[in-house]
Amino acid sequence: MKYKRCLCTILIQAKVKTEPNKNLRQFQQVIEIIERNNHDKARLIPILQEVQEAYRFLPPQVLTYIATALNMPVAEVYGVATFYAHFSLEAKGKYIIKVCDGTACHVKGSSRLLDTLHSKLGLSDKKHTTDDMMFTVEAVSCLGACGLAPVMVVNEKVYGEVSARKCEEVLTEIRETENSLAIEQA
Amino acid sequence: METISTVDLKEVARQYEAAASRVHKRIVVCAGTGCMANGALQVYQSLKEAIIKAGMQEFTELELDVHDDTKKTIHLTGSGCQGFCAQGPLVNILPEETMYVKVRPEDADEVIERTIVRDEIIERLLYVNPVSGERNKGQLDIPFYKLQNRLVLGECGHVDPENIREYIAHGGYHAARKAFMELSDIDICNTVSESGLRGRGGGGFPTGRKWNLTRTEPSEKKYVICNGDEGDPGAFMDRSLMEGNPHRVLEGMMIAARAIGADEGYVYVRLEYPLAVKRMRKAIEDALDAGVLGEDVFGSGHSMFIHVMEGAGAFVCGEETALMASIEGKRGMPMPKPPFPAQKGLFGKPTVINNVETLAAVPLILRHGASWFNQHGTTNSKGTKTFALTGHVANTGLIEVPFGTTLREIVYNIGGGVTDNDGKVTHEGFNAVQIGGPSGGCLTEEDLDLPLDYDNLIAKGAMIGSGGLVVMNKQSCMVQIARFFMNFTQNESCGKCVPCREGTKQMLALLDDIIEGRATDETFELLEEVGNVVKLASLCGLGKTAPSPVLSTIVKFKDEYLQHIRYKHCPTNNCKALRSISIDPEKCIGCTACARKCPVKAISGDKKQLHVIDAAICTKCGICFEVCKFDAVVGFN
Repeated sequence: MKYKRCLCTILIQAKVKTEPNKNLRQFQQVIEIIERNNHDKARLIPILQEVQEAYRFLPPQVLTYIATALNMPVAEVYGVATFYAHFSLEAKGKYIIKVCDGTACHVKGSSRLLDTLHSKLGLSDKKHTTDDMMFTVEAVSCLGACGLAPVMVVNEKVYGEVSARKCEEVLTEIRETENSLAIEQA
Repeated sequence: METISTVDLKEVARQYEAAASRVHKRIVVCAGTGCMANGALQVYQSLKEAIIKAGMQEFTELELDVHDDTKKTIHLTGSGCQGFCAQGPLVNILPEETMYVKVRPEDADEVIERTIVRDEIIERLLYVNPVSGERNKGQLDIPFYKLQNRLVLGECGHVDPENIREYIAHGGYHAARKAFMELSDIDICNTVSESGLRGRGGGGFPTGRKWNLTRTEPSEKKYVICNGDEGDPGAFMDRSLMEGNPHRVLEGMMIAARAIGADEGYVYVRLEYPLAVKRMRKAIEDALDAGVLGEDVFGSGHSMFIHVMEGAGAFVCGEETALMASIEGKRGMPMPKPPFPAQKGLFGKPTVINNVETLAAVPLILRHGASWFNQHGTTNSKGTKTFALTGHVANTGLIEVPFGTTLREIVYNIGGGVTDNDGKVTHEGFNAVQIGGPSGGCLTEEDLDLPLDYDNLIAKGAMIGSGGLVVMNKQSCMVQIARFFMNFTQNESCGKCVPCREGTKQMLALLDDIIEGRATDETFELLEEVGNVVKLASLCGLGKTAPSPVLSTIVKFKDEYLQHIRYKHCPTNNCKALRSISIDPEKCIGCTACARKCPVKAISGDKKQLHVIDAAICTKCGICFEVCKFDAVVGFN
């Protein structure tokens, strides 16, 4: 344990030299998460989940940090992070729109929704996040709300029996909220 | 909530019932994922306000020591999935069992004033039978419910999933107590074997035998795992159970633990089910507080702890060895068997791993006896099975029927018939039912009267799987459906063994050739050949069953495949590349709208003259179809 802590400190110090305040803050959360999970290798997945929740994605330097702290090869942590669909090594937008592509949603036209979102936001199968980091569109496997197919989830909110028009309405609604937020801030 | 310090289940139940008897009416709002998406929480809130406004007393949790008879008391509670997702949000009023469907927050005042205060029924909120047009008053009358046999789902939708007292008052944890205090481990294994319970997760392995194998392994430490990684697209039975009756699942795990001699368990839940995770966690906390779980369970000297592990989005983790790797913090890749989990499972210790539904059935078997359980079902498939009924069917939702029920009964009587793409019930629309998700196959019209059980379905090249039942109408292209599943398994293949990793990729490419018009007869033969190799040579269940949707449609819908291959024609016109797009000369007035909008300039024609599409240039994007105000562009659905 002592050895691990020691390495952590070295790493933090190395980071602090380059960008002092930002990185210290950044790693503070990871340290807390790892401590909370008792430096337990078997808890790697919950650790990554908590880290992703804090950062909205898994930055590479954080993965290296976790590996060192848990005394495991970086490749192994990287392997787990890339294996599971939930983990993202790229930053995602503020609004994550998940279009369910389970069987029931598929037969009820989920691909039409995806097409609409892609064309409205200028995204494609390859490009998932808008340049302003506002929207990320993903096709996901079954969300288990098949009775309401086709289903779309924006962050945590579930929308059932979504039509292409409803899709557009939801986008407009989000944009309006964002605009009024921006005005308030200004 | 005070803690139930000494676990006297009978006393808890008695107190609860005494409190419940003072309740004038009980309003149960469905708070499953489906109804919540339709606004059940707002309905709940409005009902709460309306009750207070009407001058009545409302309780969200029954206070055991309140003696106030001056006001009418109303018990307002949320419940787990009541099953009838298509009609949500659902509000069930007891003791009359009046069920209101599609309730809006605006309806709350009227519900309280008329139904609660004056005992009237609000006709407009009742369920309308789509076939007969008549209104049904409640679960006892609605065919969707009347024709089911809800055993495992029994309390789901009646009890408040976040209240352990209600579960105990409904007979909960009595079976666990019996297991810890009265029965021996051998007794439990024998009772479960006798009941004929088989795994509900897909394989159908006899549960009693699995437990017995683990029981006899000599080891100090053993584990119980509840597999709630319900990854099959189109299935949500496990989600509904975990959300609707989490204590039943815990009780099942406790009994399993007692039977094999384990003291620790994991519930592995998909991260796509945040509500199920939340409710399982709450149930475990409450059970610990109540003294049902923890050290020295019921004073038996045995201890039992259960943890919730959230998955991270990998279908293959539904496979037992992969799931255990995932709990250990590794990539969720399967291991060759043997050794079986019963010998070397989680962290190398003997482990029993059961599906949510299997575990939820166990307390019932101990409560009512093996012979009560095995009176339901067929010779080799005992009990009932839950199905997620979805797709082109009028009543989508969660159902439970005894094994041996026919598909016709499910689709037409419970499901209310097949619908067309606009959601209307049609009589000639039935095409197929996809059962068992990406590991299953299709059943067609000729199989409508087949009694559904484990063995009959295997014989038909399908499987019960976890129980996703997706109905498809005649407007669905079966080659596309096969491709959909192939795309799914190809994405989800973990990449460990070559037959699955490469085979699924090749099969997907061959299917793409078919739906994009590049296929020859050879493609078809090759597809079948590769499919059989993947089936025989893959390491785990995911790979072995991955070709099933393709192989099953090849047999059942050979003509449809051949139409795509030989005539480059999709009978349902779903395959974009095979569509032949043209302009109807009768309808075209030469407005030039399509020609102006065509992104590839494939449409030619002068003003007020007939326009023509050049098939060689056309990309079949559909823009001309959208812009034409005269419906002159034909060839799109």
